[in-house]
Amino acid sequence: MSEIPNSFTLDGQLVPFEPGQTILQAALAAGHYIPHLCSSPELKPHGSCKLCTVVVNGRHGSACTAHAMPGQDVQSDTPDLNGKRRLQVQMLFVEGNHFCPGCEKSGNCKLQAVAYDLEMLNPHFPHFFPQRPVDASHPDILLDRNRCIMCEQCVEASRDIDGKEVFGLAGRGLASHLVVNSPSGLLGDSALEAGDKAANICPVGAIVHKRVGYAKPIGARDYDTLGIRAQARAAAEGEGP
Amino acid sequence: MFDLETAANPEKLRRIAIDPVSRVEGHGKVTLLLDENNKVHQVRLHIVEFRGFEKFIEGRPYWEVPVTVQRLCGICPVSHQLAAVKAMDIIAGFGPLPATAEKLRRLMHYGQILQSHAVHFFHLASPDLLLGFDSEMTRRNIIGVVADHPELATQGVLLRKFGQEVIRHVSGKRVHGTGAIPGGVNKALSAAEQAEMRGGIDAMIKWSRDAVQLLKRLHHGNPEFYNRFGAFDSSMMGLVNGKGELDLYHGGLRARDADGAILFDHVDYATYDSLLDEEVKPWSYMKFPYIRAIGPEHGWYKVGPLARVQVCDRIPSPLAEVERQELAALGQGRPVHGTLLYHWARLIEMLHACEVIRDLLDDPDITGTTLMAEPGPRVEEAVGVIEAPRGTLFHHYRVDEHDMVSFCNLIVSTTNNNQAMNEAIRSVARQFLTGREITEPLMNHIEVAIRAYDPCLSCATHALGKMPLEVELLDAEGRLLQRRAHNMAGAA
Repeated sequence: MSEIPNSFTLDGQLVPFEPGQTILQAALAAGHYIPHLCSSPELKPHGSCKLCTVVVNGRHGSACTAHAMPGQDVQSDTPDLNGKRRLQVQMLFVEGNHFCPGCEKSGNCKLQAVAYDLEMLNPHFPHFFPQRPVDASHPDILLDRNRCIMCEQCVEASRDIDGKEVFGLAGRGLASHLVVNSPSGLLGDSALEAGDKAANICPVGAIVHKRVGYAKPIGARDYDTLGIRAQARAAAEGEGP
Repeated sequence: MFDLETAANPEKLRRIAIDPVSRVEGHGKVTLLLDENNKVHQVRLHIVEFRGFEKFIEGRPYWEVPVTVQRLCGICPVSHQLAAVKAMDIIAGFGPLPATAEKLRRLMHYGQILQSHAVHFFHLASPDLLLGFDSEMTRRNIIGVVADHPELATQGVLLRKFGQEVIRHVSGKRVHGTGAIPGGVNKALSAAEQAEMRGGIDAMIKWSRDAVQLLKRLHHGNPEFYNRFGAFDSSMMGLVNGKGELDLYHGGLRARDADGAILFDHVDYATYDSLLDEEVKPWSYMKFPYIRAIGPEHGWYKVGPLARVQVCDRIPSPLAEVERQELAALGQGRPVHGTLLYHWARLIEMLHACEVIRDLLDDPDITGTTLMAEPGPRVEEAVGVIEAPRGTLFHHYRVDEHDMVSFCNLIVSTTNNNQAMNEAIRSVARQFLTGREITEPLMNHIEVAIRAYDPCLSCATHALGKMPLEVELLDAEGRLLQRRAHNMAGAA
């Protein structure tokens, strides 16, 4: 049991939480990074990417959906869990077509940042090189399914924040893919607007604004100077008590 | 039909293959056919490359292209980025670039010229020129140059490094940065970055001058050999500015014939496809460009340093211009065509690049902060052309109404030199191969001729002076008589 009420231990360190917070929310608020891709502070957690899997009192669970409870013993930053996370990220890389060298999201991409954080040095698995359609029909937004990791943040944002339900996932397993809710199935015929949350939340380069790629110079991109873990720590310190 | 391109009775002849002669974009090989008396009947440089960039760039957004296509090459990515972005400036509808944006692009480009020419001369070519074409193979590489000429080798490394640092300051990375984006550039140059480069450029100018003097000493040691090795007459093409001066970033197309007469001048490069055509030959995957008006037989041409310094009227920087005049004097009023003179011209261009970098760094515009042009209406199709280190580089794109590339045609510098490189090795074959037993130094004579053009193959595989080569000597019945090979590590 931890000594302070409403606290748990994460990798041996005491982490305070507010009632109702998830383990991931409390950890991030305290400056402790747990790798994650499908979770966003603005969206309801849905535990789909499984990257934030931690061991809570001996049992595996998603830190983004598990509520923080007093006295929990949570393990996250362990060689075993990080090794499994690395495998998951490697699988994401080979399942899509993620060509970082030419990608306009490079340097600003959460998938790339998490891969660096987990010290992923190669894809490990053979690339699938799937054939995935690119939808350029929208005047302002490009949908490149090659880079989609099916985190569903656009799906949730469109439904819960924009109130439009533009995006959805269809198919099962390897055939899963992002679909657009419009008569033609094309983004240009949907209700999506450039200012929508769904058009601005993609953690990778699947939904990007047209004609502005590479505008941020190398050195000023999101993860050029601070990695994703260091940024989580800095954010907590900046907003801390 | 070109002399030595196709033998009349190939089935009667012995075949010697140098296979593979690799290049960055894929692989090439040299084949020779000889009769019983070892007379050469056929010599071909076959390029068996397939890169596919023109195809897989289709269906990609136009703003991605300048960054993606530079992956064509690790030695001159800046050239591909700038040729593509010049086309995309037009396609995206941007007006004239602000002075700062154009000058930063020029700075990056001349940094590219400097580093590419430095790596070619010091790392790739100097082992042949300083140590000898037929010197001990295991020492005929940059390590051998370091051992015999340590100060020179150090200068070569530092010249290249300086060029790469110029590129990094503009594009964010030494290789494969971003920098140029449709409509301008994405980053201003800071005063600290300007000062850092300005502090180093004078030494680069001095070392570049020394390199030109070195090449002249080599030439003066055996002028007849340097002038005649792999020599052949041909037309020449390159960009010149409005005043007819050398301009490696932008200008109109000019061509001269082998005697120096103007064939065309100040031609808008957007009309390149009505000016040039490409011939396909069954024995090579690389096309053979030629000037349409003259036809495939006589319309082919040289590009790159030796062509450029002779196509222009003058070089707009004083030190390089003096050197250009000395090279021009060699021909006594007629252009020079010796293959090894490419090295001389390349070093003059390296000196010019250093002078241009210095002048750009002294220009107050270079640290300006207006980086983007004013946008205008989108255009469907555009051509971007630049003088890459190896010669004229054409990028041609069409982009659909949804901003996606629907067509791409690239004529890369080495392709422009396809016929010229073939003629060079045929000239070498006539001069040196007939009647000889195949030896490694003999193989190297062919490599030396190809290497003088600085095609991408020497960049890729000659970094340590050891192209992977395999030469087989077969008798008329196709039986193997003799085989010599060495791998990339140089092991025989």
